[in-house]
Amino acid sequence: MSFTTQDLWREFRSSHMGMAGIIILGTLILISCVTVLAIPLETFQGWSNPNNWLYYPKAAVPGWTNLFLPEAIPEHMILDDSVTYTDSAGGITLHSDIFTINYKYDDFPGGFIYEYTAEYTGAPLLTMSVLRPDDTLLNILSMPLPPSDSETTHTEKIFSTDLAIYKNLLLHSNEFDHTIDGLSAESIIFSDSTIHEPLDGRYVFTVNLYGSQGDAIQDSILVIDGKAFGIMGTDELRRDLVVGLLWGTPLALFIGLVVAIGSVTAGLIYGVYAGYKGKLTDESLMRFNDVIYALPALPFLIILAVTISNSIFVMIGFLMIFGWVGIAKVSRSMALQIKTRGYVEAAQMMGQSNTAIIFRHIIPQLLPYAFASIAISVPAAITTEAGLSFLGLGDPSFPTWGHILYDANTYGAAARGMWWWIVPPGMMIALTGLAFVFIGNALDAIVNPRLRR
Amino acid sequence: MGLKKYVATRVATLFGVLMVTLLLTVALVGSNMDVILKQGVAVQVRHEVAEIPGLADSFESVEAFEKYVQDTIDRRITELGLHEPWYSPQRIGLSMYKILLLDFGHATFLTSDSGSSNVGDIIAEKLPKTVLLFTTATIIISIIGILMGALSGSKVGSVLDRITSSFAVISSSFPVWWVGMLLIILFAFTWQIFPARATPPIPADDPGYIGALLYHMALPLITIVLIGFGAWAYLVRNFMVGILQDDFIFAKKTMGIPKKHIVYRHALKNAAPPIVTILALSLSGSLGGAIITEAVFDWPGMGRLYFEAITVLDMPVIIGATYVLTAFFLASIFVADILYGYFDPRVRTGP
Repeated sequence: MSFTTQDLWREFRSSHMGMAGIIILGTLILISCVTVLAIPLETFQGWSNPNNWLYYPKAAVPGWTNLFLPEAIPEHMILDDSVTYTDSAGGITLHSDIFTINYKYDDFPGGFIYEYTAEYTGAPLLTMSVLRPDDTLLNILSMPLPPSDSETTHTEKIFSTDLAIYKNLLLHSNEFDHTIDGLSAESIIFSDSTIHEPLDGRYVFTVNLYGSQGDAIQDSILVIDGKAFGIMGTDELRRDLVVGLLWGTPLALFIGLVVAIGSVTAGLIYGVYAGYKGKLTDESLMRFNDVIYALPALPFLIILAVTISNSIFVMIGFLMIFGWVGIAKVSRSMALQIKTRGYVEAAQMMGQSNTAIIFRHIIPQLLPYAFASIAISVPAAITTEAGLSFLGLGDPSFPTWGHILYDANTYGAAARGMWWWIVPPGMMIALTGLAFVFIGNALDAIVNPRLRR
Repeated sequence: MGLKKYVATRVATLFGVLMVTLLLTVALVGSNMDVILKQGVAVQVRHEVAEIPGLADSFESVEAFEKYVQDTIDRRITELGLHEPWYSPQRIGLSMYKILLLDFGHATFLTSDSGSSNVGDIIAEKLPKTVLLFTTATIIISIIGILMGALSGSKVGSVLDRITSSFAVISSSFPVWWVGMLLIILFAFTWQIFPARATPPIPADDPGYIGALLYHMALPLITIVLIGFGAWAYLVRNFMVGILQDDFIFAKKTMGIPKKHIVYRHALKNAAPPIVTILALSLSGSLGGAIITEAVFDWPGMGRLYFEAITVLDMPVIIGATYVLTAFFLASIFVADILYGYFDPRVRTGP
């Protein structure tokens, strides 16, 4: 029954399950550290702000799925690394932004968006053209910018659905063997000239600005809309799921650990105090404990979240309210045994205060059991929080795994087969739970006398 | 004597818990509910006043008309008893008394499928659906769990035993509702064997309704069983391992009784008390359904009713459903306590 923390660790190291749990937990902590340090905080705060995700594709599968598919799905490309040239002749300055892409997919892209900010005076001309792998040059667009007498900046998004682009492309219809009437701009640009199929190879998009001295294009971004993106894909709201999954890790660990440590500490002190004082104090404290124990937790958590607040910190408090009861019961019965021991009675005779005896002599004896309880309580806290978030009662400003799954359920991801939106968050929840279940079971096997052989 | 006193304390405690639960629910939902109800009265009165032709013109000024409307609203609020705050003893006392007599009143927003707004009717309509799904699932889980647990408990260290144990540990850390979503992807999207939504699209009085309901029930049932039986098997296995080490089992073995006979007749019989206790606990616990699982599959049971009521703050339904859920929950604790006390000789004989 008596363990020091060193004994506990020595025995724990020989448990395969416990060590497996430690390894998983270590990985999760590493992910959390990398996330907090490497990913800018703005992505976390802007998770629910659709404006932050404008350039991202809608409901795109993870990019690596192309490795397993017979037909390559076009990947989403966000190009902001254009090569810039400036040239000046005869009083006209030419500013060129050149994007080069290597297209190697078996389907047409979903469209493209070009966004730019131009600084100019007068009325410069903006043209956009593409040099295709078969060396044909297609003029996509040619348009004057709004005239201005003074120095001005102009920001605009050009969409592939723009009618002017379609009309310009129709002028090239003699370069295609098949008819291009009624096709969308992107499926003309990326089409083979002999047959209407995607043409693979190097495409060079050139944006030219013909203006006066000092005119320039800033923040030039070309987005080729694809159906595959990143490591984890995107959801219906164009959010990069890898960001949500990564930020979910420190959040889940934080919620799980704070709830577990808080409720185990509270339960431990409550139970030990009841057991140590005994008599009427014990009786009344345990009756109160019975009442909380018999309250239906989930319905109450839902009512509390709806009526009081769904802030994540308040939720942590609510989860603690229901978490400490079981621990209080067990630590009371352990305190009942320990208080009859000689050294406790000796301390009482020496006139030590009750608080001192509880904290110096009884609680240290229960610490190994407390560690095991903390580990065992974490998964329940994480799954309960995830469940509440899944019902839409979570804190909407935090990208928790439960909240990602709530969004997935709202948009019917399961019935639409969007596995990449559902499998990873659940796997993360399960994996985190599993790490603590492993650690908890291993600790329990050491400290629980009934499980010792 | 010991058992009687034990039962009496438990009944008193659990009844106290039921009252505390109701009081807490009324307190938490009450203040929000009053605001909603008062707004509802105001809207209704203004609507009624606008319906009476020529009424607005019969007043001399706009102020006088406004005063008339306000007076009507105040009178209506007093008639409904809303002028007193929700925490006044009369209102809480009255509502608690009514609830105890199972009179839950009328729902504010929700109705049953047949159109009744009586909370009792709504609950009576949803409860059988929950029983159908969750009680069936619990029975299947316990049968599979007991058989697998007994089998792996009799062969400790075998492949089956290891699979059962690790399956129990792993399945316990998966959220049931997430597994439900995965199965919807597999069986409703990829292979299209079962429907994704568990509510049949045909009306309840159609002759094919029962069949459609059972067909729609398949996916949630599979989910609950898949996640549930591992823990059962593990539990039964651990009981069996303990019992199979007892002396009387060695005695039977030396008498030459076949191993199968020992495991399924004698050992299982001795493991029965705790198993029966847990079975009682989970059977009565299953009546409350599972709020999140029903939400995933859109199963029209108690859990979904409860969630819908909370999202629109339909006070009478919340209180009625909380009462019924808590009553079942407490009944299951009580049955488990009693069975435990009955099987545990220390409690049965008493001092």
